[in-house]
Amino acid sequence: MTMIDCVENRLLTSRRGLLLGGASFAAWAHLPKFARAADGRDPRLIVVILRGALDGLSTVAPLGDPDYAGLHGSIALAADGAHPAIMLDSFFALHPAMPEFSRMYRDRRAAVIHAVATPYRDRSHFDGQDVLESGYAGPGRVQSGWLNRALEALPRGERVSSGLAIGPTTPLVLRGNAPTVGWAPVALPQADDDTAMRLVDLYRHRDPALAMALSQGLQLDKAASGDDMKRKPGNAVTQMRQVARGAAKLMAADDGPRIAALAFDGWDTHANEGGPVGRLAFLLGGLDGALAEFESGLGDRWRDTVVVVATEFGRTARINGTDGTDHGTGTIALLAGGAVKGGRVISDWPGLKLANLHEGRDLKPTTDLRSVIKGVLQDQFGLSERVLAETVFPDSASAKPMKGLLA
Amino acid sequence: MARDSQAALVALNRFGFGARGGASGDLVNASSDPRGFVKAELARASGVLLEAPGLQSTQQLGQAVFAYQDQVKQAREAAKAAAPAETLVPAEQKPALRRNLSLNAAATEIAGQMTEAKPADDAVRPEAMQPNAAAPPAAKPAPQPLNVIQKTFRAEALARLQRATLVACGFTERLVVFWSNHFCISASKGELARIWAGAFEREAIRPHVLGRFADMLRAVEQHPAMLFFLDNQQSLGPDSRAGQNRKRGLNENLAREIMELHTLGVGGGYTQDDVTSLARIITGWTFAGRQAQLGPPGSFVFNINAHQPGPQLLLGRTYEPTGLAQGEAALADIARHPSTANFIATKFVRHFVADDLPPALVARLRDVFVKTDGDLKALAMALVDSDEAWQAPLTKMRSPYDFLVASGQLLARVPEDPSRYLNGLNLLGQPLWSPAGPNGFPDTNAAWAAPEGMKLRLDIAAQIGSRLGSNIDPLDLLEFAAADAASIETRRAVERAESRQQALALLLMSPEMQRR
Repeated sequence: MTMIDCVENRLLTSRRGLLLGGASFAAWAHLPKFARAADGRDPRLIVVILRGALDGLSTVAPLGDPDYAGLHGSIALAADGAHPAIMLDSFFALHPAMPEFSRMYRDRRAAVIHAVATPYRDRSHFDGQDVLESGYAGPGRVQSGWLNRALEALPRGERVSSGLAIGPTTPLVLRGNAPTVGWAPVALPQADDDTAMRLVDLYRHRDPALAMALSQGLQLDKAASGDDMKRKPGNAVTQMRQVARGAAKLMAADDGPRIAALAFDGWDTHANEGGPVGRLAFLLGGLDGALAEFESGLGDRWRDTVVVVATEFGRTARINGTDGTDHGTGTIALLAGGAVKGGRVISDWPGLKLANLHEGRDLKPTTDLRSVIKGVLQDQFGLSERVLAETVFPDSASAKPMKGLLA
Repeated sequence: MARDSQAALVALNRFGFGARGGASGDLVNASSDPRGFVKAELARASGVLLEAPGLQSTQQLGQAVFAYQDQVKQAREAAKAAAPAETLVPAEQKPALRRNLSLNAAATEIAGQMTEAKPADDAVRPEAMQPNAAAPPAAKPAPQPLNVIQKTFRAEALARLQRATLVACGFTERLVVFWSNHFCISASKGELARIWAGAFEREAIRPHVLGRFADMLRAVEQHPAMLFFLDNQQSLGPDSRAGQNRKRGLNENLAREIMELHTLGVGGGYTQDDVTSLARIITGWTFAGRQAQLGPPGSFVFNINAHQPGPQLLLGRTYEPTGLAQGEAALADIARHPSTANFIATKFVRHFVADDLPPALVARLRDVFVKTDGDLKALAMALVDSDEAWQAPLTKMRSPYDFLVASGQLLARVPEDPSRYLNGLNLLGQPLWSPAGPNGFPDTNAAWAAPEGMKLRLDIAAQIGSRLGSNIDPLDLLEFAAADAASIETRRAVERAESRQQALALLLMSPEMQRR
């Protein structure tokens, strides 16, 4: 199969057996209406899931909190040094690996919500991701996600294509009754470094011969493709940018999808997380690049776009014995896009004193992530508070939509 | 008997392709009576045969390929005749850049950019590989429709993969794979070998997997696919009528491989003179060609005109000139030669138990082979009845084929298209029915636990994980695969993975899934 076939097949094969393009458009007459008659805007929403639990305290660091530097120890960001964090206001500073987000923030087109979490309070990735994506208050095997239900709840109207699931499978957040189309960039089905390291670790304990073979194989692979931290086909940074570029192009089309969801893996920084440089910095650089690709790829559409970046939970406030952080609770969510009323870190800051930490270890969540997303959905698509509380995020009446997130 | 998950792992992994996921209950069933679970499959002898709708006989396929070759030839000649009327090919028009592309145009553009940017990656991308091509083709705008050879190869592959994925234990299918590799042909030899590869296994291997070795030997050496693969159709007795009329003569290829690889083994007590004798004995063993002079095209025939006349001395015994029967008698004797018993027992134990051969087990299987006159069911039973096969630690590396089938079984996915498997096998160095030489694919840990191979396995596992991981519960899958026989470390790695996708990749790569 050639690459072109691959890309086209993946694009044209809808998750629900419908085809995009040509005569099949007749089948889409009932699709949601996106363009808003009132102000003529044609809004777009991109949801980016960071799998593995992002360390919010390392991404947007509360430098003004007197306990931050001590807890985060060797990986804490600082306002000075060779790689100074970028001050967002007098209290919070952004990781230096994110210059694009910083620029958007300065232009008031990006915002941070800090000390945020879903209702999930335990520490399993799988369950945490289920709660984040399903939109339900607790874990359980649900087969639909809040973004799909939001899509379903939109008024029926003009014929535009539906939600775009980016990647080899539809993320749970976009699974459900509303039709979606899938697209995945061809290529690069390489295992990521984190998976490889976990496997080497398992082999070291259980099967030294396989540990040796796999390590050598990985080294050979690295030697063949250059230093891992450099851009090369297949590394995480390149992949994130490539995925975003393709998705932006599809969404920029007149008849393109208005809603998209994708996931970036690898945020489980349990060891050697790094500070201003290192593993997390590398990943954040990829995320930053992806945001820039969305911006440039969407062109004029960026003006009406919101990108929501969310993760299943945060990481411990205190670093662990392997220069990383363990599974925690409170973290950040990021908003970027021309439609965002940005230049703000929105937070009811709980403080990092031991007594203020959740269970004595995690940043205490003071904002419900559902409120943030509900605010975006309401302002961007005009969904009613009742639909948001009952259908999109069931049993979430207590989490009121956050007002004024969009310009 | 108490439940014994460790013995269940032996039953499922050492003898079969591992447990099926879903509601199969394989691990539970195997753990209550591990030996009985394995033996139950041997009792269903008819289950070895593979008959799927659309699969054709070697003879039918031979005719199909001859017809196809005629068509190609005619088309080529027609094209040559029409060549002067050449038309001017218009210069490729570059699409004008438009501000607002349509979705399809955007998709095409993305595809185009990627083609430009990364052509070299085709070599390592399983998606981009054609199952039927030795080297991946360059990106083409429109794929050619499959020809009858490619279609047949895929249909045969699919039938085999579906069977392997559906069986409870998989011991008989593992035996098929073992014998098929022992008596391998290579589909990359040419169009006939490719179209016949599946039929060869169905016709010459499967009926005898639980039968007699001598019968399998004869079926294999008389099969058109083997005769074509090892060039015996070209071998002429020097003193035969055909040999005297033409300049060509004896080809020892098949005779040598029969003794070296199929029966006696290197050092099995034969000399170059024996090779030459056997080569003479089997001259005239061929298949009918498209002209059908000797029989229906694609069928095995004995061509007396190519057969070396006269008696032959082979391994100290004289074989009188009885035509086809001369060779059949020779093969029957070679099949029950003590060296053959030793060679087969050794290979059998190495495949199923360990690279470091338990000598007592090899000796016992050799004796069974001798005493039963090569009863392969008795050989398999003796293996299952041995204590060594149940006590030896699970140290053998799964071959790429075993690994992919085991993964498909665990994920309870019956393939509807063989592409992913064929691509994966190409990538991992075990292209289906296409070993590099007549000695088949290697069968040692050193071959399959190699650095590059492990890295590629991981890439494939990660790909499976990203494709299928979101819909599975990795801990359920671990229960299906190993239950309480899973190591703490594997359990922890699966539990602590950062996503279901990663958890699935780690599970598929775990020692429990890689070793058997």
